[in-house]
Amino acid sequence: MPHDNSYTGQEFKVVGNRFARPDGVDKVTGRARYGADASAPGQLVARVLRSPHAHAKITKIDTAKAERLSGVKAVITSDDLPDLTGGDRGMADILENCMARGRALYDGHAVAAVAAVDEQTARKALKLIKVTYEVLPHVTDVDEAMKPEAPVIHDWVFTGGVNPQPTKPCNVANRTEMGHGDVDAGFAQADVVIERSYKTEQTHQGYIEPHACLASVNSDGSAEMWVTTQGPFSYRTVCASLLGMDLAKLKVTSSEIGGGFGGKTHVWAEPLALALSRKANRPVKLVMTRDEVFRATGPTASTSIDVKVGAKKNGEITAAELELRYQGGAFPGIWGMLGCMTGFACYDIANQRSVGWDVIVNRPKVAAYRAPSAPMAAYAVESIMDVVAEEIGMDPVDFRLKNVAKEGAQAPYGPIYGPIGIESALNAVKENPHMKVKLKKNQGRGVACGFWFNIGGQTCVDLNIGTDGSVNLAVGTVDVGGARSSMGMIAAEELGIDYEDVKVHVADTASLGHNDTTEGSRGTFSSGMATIFAARDAIEVLKERAAQMLDVPKESIQWENGTASATGAENSNLPTLTLKEIAAKSHNTGGPIAGHNEVTADGAGMGFAAHICDVEVDPETGLTKILKYTVVQDAGKAIHPDYVEGQFQGAAAQGIGWALNEEYVYGEDGRLQNPGFLDYRIPVCSDLPFIDTMILEIPNPNHPYGIRGVGETSIVPPLGAVGNAIANATGVRMNHAPMSPIRVLEALDRAGVSGDQVSAG
Amino acid sequence: MSEAVLVSTTVNGDVVEFACPTDEVLLDSLRDRVGLTGVKEGCGTGDCGACSITLDGQLVCSCLVLGVEADGRDITTVEGLTEDGELHPLQQKFIDHAALQCGVCTPGFLVAAKALLDRNPNPTETEIRYALAGNLCRCTGYDKIVRAVQASAKELNKARR
Amino acid sequence: MRYESPATTKEAVALLSKEKGPAFVIAGGTDLLVRMKSGLVEPALLVDVKRIPAMTTIKVMQTGFRVGAAVSGAELGAHKALGKAWPGVVEATNLIGSDQIQGRCTMVGNLCNASPAADSVPALIAAGAKAAIVGKQGRRTAAVEKIITGPGSTSLAKGEVIEALTLPKSSRRTGDAYLRFTPRTEMDIAVVGVGISMTLERGIIKKARVCLGAVAPTPILVPAAADTIIGTKLDDAALAALAAACSDACDPIDDKRGTAAYRIRVAGVLARRVATIAFQRAGGAA
Repeated sequence: MPHDNSYTGQEFKVVGNRFARPDGVDKVTGRARYGADASAPGQLVARVLRSPHAHAKITKIDTAKAERLSGVKAVITSDDLPDLTGGDRGMADILENCMARGRALYDGHAVAAVAAVDEQTARKALKLIKVTYEVLPHVTDVDEAMKPEAPVIHDWVFTGGVNPQPTKPCNVANRTEMGHGDVDAGFAQADVVIERSYKTEQTHQGYIEPHACLASVNSDGSAEMWVTTQGPFSYRTVCASLLGMDLAKLKVTSSEIGGGFGGKTHVWAEPLALALSRKANRPVKLVMTRDEVFRATGPTASTSIDVKVGAKKNGEITAAELELRYQGGAFPGIWGMLGCMTGFACYDIANQRSVGWDVIVNRPKVAAYRAPSAPMAAYAVESIMDVVAEEIGMDPVDFRLKNVAKEGAQAPYGPIYGPIGIESALNAVKENPHMKVKLKKNQGRGVACGFWFNIGGQTCVDLNIGTDGSVNLAVGTVDVGGARSSMGMIAAEELGIDYEDVKVHVADTASLGHNDTTEGSRGTFSSGMATIFAARDAIEVLKERAAQMLDVPKESIQWENGTASATGAENSNLPTLTLKEIAAKSHNTGGPIAGHNEVTADGAGMGFAAHICDVEVDPETGLTKILKYTVVQDAGKAIHPDYVEGQFQGAAAQGIGWALNEEYVYGEDGRLQNPGFLDYRIPVCSDLPFIDTMILEIPNPNHPYGIRGVGETSIVPPLGAVGNAIANATGVRMNHAPMSPIRVLEALDRAGVSGDQVSAG
Repeated sequence: MSEAVLVSTTVNGDVVEFACPTDEVLLDSLRDRVGLTGVKEGCGTGDCGACSITLDGQLVCSCLVLGVEADGRDITTVEGLTEDGELHPLQQKFIDHAALQCGVCTPGFLVAAKALLDRNPNPTETEIRYALAGNLCRCTGYDKIVRAVQASAKELNKARR
Repeated sequence: MRYESPATTKEAVALLSKEKGPAFVIAGGTDLLVRMKSGLVEPALLVDVKRIPAMTTIKVMQTGFRVGAAVSGAELGAHKALGKAWPGVVEATNLIGSDQIQGRCTMVGNLCNASPAADSVPALIAAGAKAAIVGKQGRRTAAVEKIITGPGSTSLAKGEVIEALTLPKSSRRTGDAYLRFTPRTEMDIAVVGVGISMTLERGIIKKARVCLGAVAPTPILVPAAADTIIGTKLDDAALAALAAACSDACDPIDDKRGTAAYRIRVAGVLARRVATIAFQRAGGAA
């Protein structure tokens, strides 16, 4: 394998094992406390009134009747949230998204909120608020929104990234272009040039726990918030900024989090809970309904994509072009740019160009969803890869290998790759027994690749050693999938103690320095790095204490397997000291023993995956069944293999749901028609087979343990893998995801290969 | 405002009384009045199974039962699966097999899986998948959950022999 | 909201008749509570029928079966004799929702909710089921196909309740089946549903009833489709004619769950599959 070997072959004692998670018992007994599970004395219940219109001017909000209802303690509108953003456009967008300011921008946009003594009173109060709307023309489709005749949603949006900048406002917020080489020359060299267009529909993260918080603002301006979030520190920053509070006076505690996948990186109703609490001078609990989660919290973008690939007969891609249109909901986003960065990232293409457009529509503000923007771009790229391979008569895996990105290749967004795992993943796919399973009639197999950057970022941890030698590790990234186990294992590995002697907890914002949000697959990479450094920091203290106890200079103490010993022949008669022994004497040797680390974790290792998918398509109904699925992904180093596999499997399942059935359905009236788990069809247990996994470990040279983030990459390939499998089964190429039975049957009909026509013959 | 009624019921073996409005669902009664927050609300419409309980031994979504309907009935929630401080084999296998990530769906899965194994001690993979189709999990892709249920069935059957 | 749980059907009828505001029967509650939560209905009175013995039992009679209105899907699925006689009806009911929903949902609730896509209804209609109705004026019986009059509306008068459904006695030569199409394997609403029952005589279909769901404002009984297979051994020509007749009978709409064109196509596809199963169950030779 062509990669840097410096971290290969590290010997680990704890890391790589499969320990029980520290929060396991709490979670299987119902004791774990999530966002909605906290209560405070005298707490009120909050409910939010939401716009039934896709786009409307709010001419009047009459809250008098609601305020007079017995049991109602506060009613707020945007008047209670004055704009303190001081020209920060991004922050102003968040404020406006939390509560409409004169205009409702999408179905579900918050218009007013109440806090009352109980749920029934709060609901009744909502009905007493009279909002006068003047309905405006709306647009929800990305291609429609780009047309000159489309209703313009914001008069302050002038397309960025084009020269000269337009003087007329429009719904296109931004254009991004990147690439390298000479695309025209590249296409001229090609034997085959193929162009295709694809569409993907909007999907939601679909975490099972709705957004929930308990906010309490005191009359002295200090406040606390218990909330389900991926980023307690960023929630604190945003809420404090929107409400004009000091950071230090707002303590945010992240509850156990019932899934996030990017959707809990962003505040939605939390500032409203704080504003209500401030106005009512009582604690306020705000829990969204599922309907609100779908209508008013960040789904991912829907897209429309054109892709063009030129290749020689020998399989070499000479040029490639992508044009990506992403709708970001009612506010500008960065989604087109991320699409440009990721689309061709698995391949080494000398001449390539990607253009991304960010488009505003009357839908909820788009938030990150697991490898945001990458799955859509990959759907287009991985689909056309199969089309080109077929055209030139090459095996699709071999065609990918022929063009695969290796160390030294240039990423679409500029940098030169270090050691990366996509070639190894494709080779592992080729050798996988899955590829040899025989397919029957109406069955097909598809392979697709995926890439995600992974990030690092600001991180800090505290490691405190108790007098009995047990260890508390406080981290500031939240545990969304077993991270406390991994952190505990890393701390135990470094200190040379048992995993069971480390207890990890997620600290609140008052107990630890700033930590960036747990996103971008950064948790294990970044907090793992900080944990290693904090443990090493503690070891220095332990060595110093041991030196005192043994009465030798610190320089002569060495730390091995959780024990201090003095080096040198003259010290051979001295005892060795275990961590526990040193801790027990700490009160005599200088007090508590701790390690800290504050770091901006750089050098996140890129994540690459290749998936194999087998399907069976019913030619009479268009129904696609997933028969077998295999994920191969590079983890750098798998700290806790169970939870690495769990990330692979969960990401693949989300991708499969997107590929087959998940989509936002908007009516002509611009209202979301399926804001519930009945008609927004995430995969159920009987929809899926076991998802086989293979963990590759190509160490990230920038991490002491070689860790790469693993959380997101595997949501990227499934759209392409499923599409390729359907094409292999039916001979028909799907260009619109989800590839629902209706779309598949329509495509089979167009191609004249649907079951009815076959059986009619 | 709906009138409140007094409900007397058995929850995890204990007699419990609470007063609730007639239109309050049992999920809210259990969470807010009995204090059993292991019963989770994921949807409130019977589509996610996070609020699964058994009512007189029958698996139901507590969001689709009125609190008042529980009068005189026998309820088991996830909090009632543990016996004398010992985890139920399903609970232990869920931990052993890493069958939970965020864990918010876990209480519902455990109650549903127990109802399945009580009724069918030897389910096939397909039977497990269909029996748990009313419980949504967004983290795991269900793989490790199904394996944990299979392992639990094996262990429970061994204990029975 | 007032909640009552009377012990007899008569009391239930009296309560419902007297109430001036919106009054509802709650059996399983799996549709009603969802509608209450979303604010679509605000009952003044709920009458819980689960403590009425006549509504909570399945009776095997000389003439067939009598299934109480409050019998849950799970109880129905566990009834061996009923499952043997009318497997299509039981399977259709068991398709509603998850195991959790099965613990509560009832056929009569499914019927009175009056959704065009109700799973149990096409199977019940195909099987020739009848509703035993009790009202202030006394008792009456109506064929199940006469109950639903449109999406969300029924022919029941104020105060009337369905106490039970009756299914005729089934012979060894009778077979029924129901299939629905949904994008997911479970937890989904029928995009199309087809229920068929048939009786054979010397291997030839003598009687048949075909009912389609989710392709019109109500489930529709399609005699013209039944005619295409009566007198046949369900050969390929009969199946093709059946499919065409079912597709012809559809009067569907485009909605979030499917397009009209898709429903028309798949109604025919499912009809063929359902007829094949029912034929085998009736002892027909493939």
